[in-house]
Amino acid sequence: MAHKSFRLRSPTTEAPLARYTLMAVAFLFLALFLILPLVAVFIEAFRRGAGEFFASLDDPDTLAAIRLTLTVAGIAVPLNLVFGVAAAWAIAKFEFKGKAFLTTLIDLPFSVSPVISGLVYVLLFGAGSALGPWLKSHGIEILFAVPGIVLATVFVTFPFVARELIPLMQEQGTGDEEAALSLGASGWQTFWYVTLPNIKWGLLYGVLLCNARAMGEFGAVSVVSGHIRGLTNTMPLHVEILYNEYNFVAAFAVASLLAALALVTLVVKTVLELHYGAEIAAGRKH
Amino acid sequence: MTTSAAASGRWRLRQPSVIPGFGLTLGFSLAYLTLIILIPLAGLVWRSAGLSGAEFLAILSDQRTLNALKVSFGTAFIAALVNVVFGVIVAWVIVRYEFPGRRIVDAIVDLPFALPTAVAGISLAALYAPNGWIGQILNLFGIKAAFNPTGIVIALVFIGLPFVVRTVQPIMEEIDREVEEAAATLGAGRFQTISRILLPGLSPAILTGFALAFARGVGEYGSVIFIAGNIPYVSEIAPLLIVIRLEEFNYGAAAAIATIMLGLSFAMLLFINLVQAWNRRRYGHGA
Amino acid sequence: MDVSVKNIRKEFDRYPALNDVSLDIRSGELIALLGPSGSGKTTLLRLIAGLEQPTLGKIYFGAEDASHRTVQERHVGFVFQHYALFRHMTVADNIAFGLTVRPRGERPDKAEIRRRVGELLEMVQLSGLEKRYPNQLSGGQRQRVALARAMAIEPKVLLLDEPFGALDAKVRKELRRWLREFHDRTGHTTVFVTHDQEEALELADRVVVMSQGAIEQVGSSDDVYDRPNSPFVFSFIGDSASLPIRVADGAVHFQDTPLGITPRASDIASGAGTLFFRPQDVVLIEDPAAPALEGRVATSRRLAGTRIADLDIGKPGAPHHVEIEVPLEATAATGTAIRFRPTRWKTFAE
Repeated sequence: MAHKSFRLRSPTTEAPLARYTLMAVAFLFLALFLILPLVAVFIEAFRRGAGEFFASLDDPDTLAAIRLTLTVAGIAVPLNLVFGVAAAWAIAKFEFKGKAFLTTLIDLPFSVSPVISGLVYVLLFGAGSALGPWLKSHGIEILFAVPGIVLATVFVTFPFVARELIPLMQEQGTGDEEAALSLGASGWQTFWYVTLPNIKWGLLYGVLLCNARAMGEFGAVSVVSGHIRGLTNTMPLHVEILYNEYNFVAAFAVASLLAALALVTLVVKTVLELHYGAEIAAGRKH
Repeated sequence: MTTSAAASGRWRLRQPSVIPGFGLTLGFSLAYLTLIILIPLAGLVWRSAGLSGAEFLAILSDQRTLNALKVSFGTAFIAALVNVVFGVIVAWVIVRYEFPGRRIVDAIVDLPFALPTAVAGISLAALYAPNGWIGQILNLFGIKAAFNPTGIVIALVFIGLPFVVRTVQPIMEEIDREVEEAAATLGAGRFQTISRILLPGLSPAILTGFALAFARGVGEYGSVIFIAGNIPYVSEIAPLLIVIRLEEFNYGAAAAIATIMLGLSFAMLLFINLVQAWNRRRYGHGA
Repeated sequence: MDVSVKNIRKEFDRYPALNDVSLDIRSGELIALLGPSGSGKTTLLRLIAGLEQPTLGKIYFGAEDASHRTVQERHVGFVFQHYALFRHMTVADNIAFGLTVRPRGERPDKAEIRRRVGELLEMVQLSGLEKRYPNQLSGGQRQRVALARAMAIEPKVLLLDEPFGALDAKVRKELRRWLREFHDRTGHTTVFVTHDQEEALELADRVVVMSQGAIEQVGSSDDVYDRPNSPFVFSFIGDSASLPIRVADGAVHFQDTPLGITPRASDIASGAGTLFFRPQDVVLIEDPAAPALEGRVATSRRLAGTRIADLDIGKPGAPHHVEIEVPLEATAATGTAIRFRPTRWKTFAE
């Protein structure tokens, strides 16, 4: 039909050629820089077959590294969870002087190099510091031991939960809490039965990102750990050691566990965004 | 109204509220923040302030330090530029075009946030090394993409991409179609509309994304050290030099380099923030 | 420039937004597209501009078929509802934009552009504001910048989408008058979309009343107000009352009671229909023997210089509500019976 033979394109889109070129550029770039590295982890891990893969994981040092990573995340994430909720409560539910400054301080660890995040604890607790010799004489080990690793991890994952909750709770205002209090609920009851249900998905989202970073942190932990095999090696550090020993299959096997964790994180994150977008809300910009 | 007059006359930390828990939550938050973040950071500044001016200058003017800073800031700058170009294209494709798997592509952009840096590091090294999948191909063209500054840029492109995409994407979604149509009715072709209307409108967000990717790149360690080759004076990044100085128990030098890095990063973020504030004042928007 | 729209159909996802619409716009005319939301008036405007493509039909600019011309080639001045100013550009740069994007050969030089911008600013009475950014202007000023920007390309027609929609009432009235003067001065063919009938009736040479993707009536303000050609136009423009009636033996009946009015040539000759009249076009009938409509006052209210009575007419169980104007001195207490007859009316077949 004559009227179908000529179609003008909408003035707010590009010509098909430009459109396909842009899409091709974007996909090629993503494939080269994101997808290939992810795929390569698994391919390298299974290069010598599944048997070798599982054998290289079934190693006392590797298992110790996995245990340590879980332990560290198991301490650091709850600590930052409690802090995140407390800070968000204070910042979102009250008006007080210096609030903007406090919010900025909470984001501070994001703009500090991971290596520096570790360095600050070395300077604080190390041999050259005022605290170091005193701790040593009392038999307390922080550096090159689990407490130091936990501290460094807490530092780098510090803002995750708080920055997810603050905008969300600010958006929700104080109306619900005031209503609960006026109905006779105590402060704790108000929090448990009113506030927490309102923020649970946002909280989960923050915890998810916090956990991913806690388990994967490398630079900060590397500086404070001392790299003692079987004792102070987390999974990412163990990957480095295996890699530097040219034990590539084992290195990529451990790395593939971390990559699988990253994939699970991405899937859960996407599902949360899809179904609870409004309840995760404003804090979604990283 | 005497009570309110009296109340407003007095300095108050906070406005009155019926909601409980202010003291508890703020007290805990401040204590935790102080212990975990502020005291350790203050310790760093204290340690480098303990150096005399001459010592500080000596560390700073050490050629290896200078080169490491140059490598870190230079590669981070180039990587952030690359990410601005491709990040904007990726964001545009995700926001504007309909294609199967769009949601997956959107999710994949966050991979660098989720994937541990060490994992990214060994994987990129394996891919871009001269005997790696991509490295082999690049070798044919005489390009060496690993164990030199190019390798650092590649790692930082990986790390920085989501910062640009996630900053630009929401602003792109809010673009008013009427503005594009207005440009078209005034005779502007699509390219003119993009280059003269859309990109300038996105520029505050692009600038923010650039700054975030750049800041992250300057401090990045885990993904870089595997692919960098770590040749002193050539492809040794500043964070690695900090680690090396620490291993030599040269705490002063480590603290000094760290302080300079922090200072430069903050100066840059401050500069970007000033530009944004100026933008906002003028055009009534920013990002 | 004349603009003709010929048998246009426009579908969005198979749903017709416009169905077989034809309209001739004369050169220099100021024409209003009036209708409720969803009537297709904005779609028609966007089709003329080339921002949308018709599913069927053609659009002519003068004698030329412009259907295949892109929006850039059509040289229409389009003023958007929310102005769509470029917020990172100054007022002067906004106005100059259409000139600066021309191909190099046709582009006026810098001095010429500056002179033209100055002229346009003067024309929209914004001289001195060229260095401002859009967010530093009031709504009315933005509107005029948008107009100057559209005029800069010397458009063949000027198209305005709800030009006063986003302004407050006072500014809206001022700008309305100003736009009329502006049009009379420049003589551009101008089409504007509005849902505000007062605006359309006051401003336009001709009003195009639209409903559900079709044109109901095209005519002067007097035409569409005094001689509405459809039940929709009658009830959409101005206040009106309607009653189901029946025409038989050369007389109009309501529920078998003759009203004392006789159908004219333009009315239906016989059978069931609807009677329309305006509240002010009635006369009260004192004589109880004379044929008339009889209603009981449900409520009445004073409205400026008149009194409006809300009458229940017909059987008590399911009465029809009709509003009429009654003299201030008439008794209109609730429950009072009032007998009246329309003086101007129109009937439409069912």
